[in-house]
Amino acid sequence: MAQTATPTPNSIASMPEMRRPRTERHDAWWLENWPFVIVFSIFAVYATWRAVWPHEATLYWSDPYLSPFYSPLIDPQHHWLPRLISPAILILWGPLGFRMTCYYYRKAYYRGYFADPAACAVSEKGHKRYCGETSFPFILQNVHRYFFYVAVFFLVVLWYDAIRAFFFPNGVGLGVGTVIMLVNVVLLTGYTFGCHAWRHLTGGGLDCFSCTASAQARHKLWQGVTRLNEHHMFWAWVSMISVGLTDLYIRLLAAGMLKDIRLL
Amino acid sequence: MAEATMRIFRGEGETGKHVDYVVPLVPGMVVLDAVHSVQAHQAPDLAVRWNCKAGKCGSCSAEVNGRPRLMCKTRMDDLPLDQPVTISPLKTFPLIKDLATDVSWNYRVNKKIPPFQPRPGVEWKMYQRDVDRVQEFRKCIECFLCQDVCHVLRDHGKKDDFGGPRFFVRTASLEMHPLDGADRVPLLKKTLGIGFCNITKCCTEVCPEEIHITDNAIIPLKERVVDEFYDPLAKLWRKIRGAKTA
Repeated sequence: MAQTATPTPNSIASMPEMRRPRTERHDAWWLENWPFVIVFSIFAVYATWRAVWPHEATLYWSDPYLSPFYSPLIDPQHHWLPRLISPAILILWGPLGFRMTCYYYRKAYYRGYFADPAACAVSEKGHKRYCGETSFPFILQNVHRYFFYVAVFFLVVLWYDAIRAFFFPNGVGLGVGTVIMLVNVVLLTGYTFGCHAWRHLTGGGLDCFSCTASAQARHKLWQGVTRLNEHHMFWAWVSMISVGLTDLYIRLLAAGMLKDIRLL
Repeated sequence: MAEATMRIFRGEGETGKHVDYVVPLVPGMVVLDAVHSVQAHQAPDLAVRWNCKAGKCGSCSAEVNGRPRLMCKTRMDDLPLDQPVTISPLKTFPLIKDLATDVSWNYRVNKKIPPFQPRPGVEWKMYQRDVDRVQEFRKCIECFLCQDVCHVLRDHGKKDDFGGPRFFVRTASLEMHPLDGADRVPLLKKTLGIGFCNITKCCTEVCPEEIHITDNAIIPLKERVVDEFYDPLAKLWRKIRGAKTA
């Protein structure tokens, strides 16, 4: 046993040395956010391109498949919608708002894009005035439950689209696109109904689960939502990737770059 | 015999620096054992707070290799021993000496939270399903690692405006209690500043009791704040129900 340094009054550092480094973590904490930043950025760029690029506005449909970026389809022939505005723009604010106010995504982008904080126990630089979610714009995160209501509406429409994907021009069938759309809507359902706001609305706001018959029923529902909610990050990831890939598949079919395979 | 270098913060008040100590490794050793070894053989004046050595008293909180942890629950063989093991006091709280910090601010925050207040005429009977949620919160050992890692306190120094994760857990344990009748939601918004939390989940990551602080305490409380302050439909519904009850 050897002591390599002795803390004598002379060796004790004064104030400047007392300042601790940004972090004393030895692990690769800076890598934690990269998967989210890369995948989400790719998704955001792809979705924006699909929504605003004029040529893309013609590649949303390959019978019987409708891209989730364009569903519900609003005025695709531009009878009243200006040519410069794609029908997707009328749609995407809903799912986008739901995801941007989602508690999982908030954690991910506050860390990944705002470095607020970049990682746990890693000091922040340059954030002089911190307001969190107490003032504009982040106080708007409190409308998450309203975006949940909007997301449920879109989900109903996407379930309709997925069922409609069984009905080909020559009769009922099953194509690769049908399976993709079905998987996509199942993943979106898992994500939507695992939402923290929904968990609160089902029963989280109650203090007593046994006091009334309705509270007992809500407790059962709350337990189900809680099981989904425990894996909310998983659902958030897979549903984001699936919705992007579903759109890409239908876009490639619509552009004639791919041919759908009929399974049944 | 295998050895490890412990780089331990030494100092008090506003001065100090890390000092290296080499300690022999023994099987099953935890960081607190290594610190005790230093204290016993090399630095008898080393200040370190500890009590149970079983992860239940919450006394031996420190930052091991930069991560807030209980020293008694951090095994030496889980750490990379090819480099010194850095041990620092909790950054969020004022230093007393070496690894001991002054956490009394937490007790002052605690006093702001109204204690359990049974509803008038309540029947003293509870079902397990009603207390499952609050039992999770009762596991808290008040190690204050969540308070230490929370960037609102740690980096932004919002001690006057923000209660911190520990006290959201405590408030949740009271607010969700089936027999409690007090309303602490205005306190959460105004005094404890729950809006400052941007749910980055560091508190959950460091909790040695594995309490789901963010998902089960903070977010449900944030939603209760939304009910009371930000949701016009919920407000309308409460008015209608209030009128019906009247």
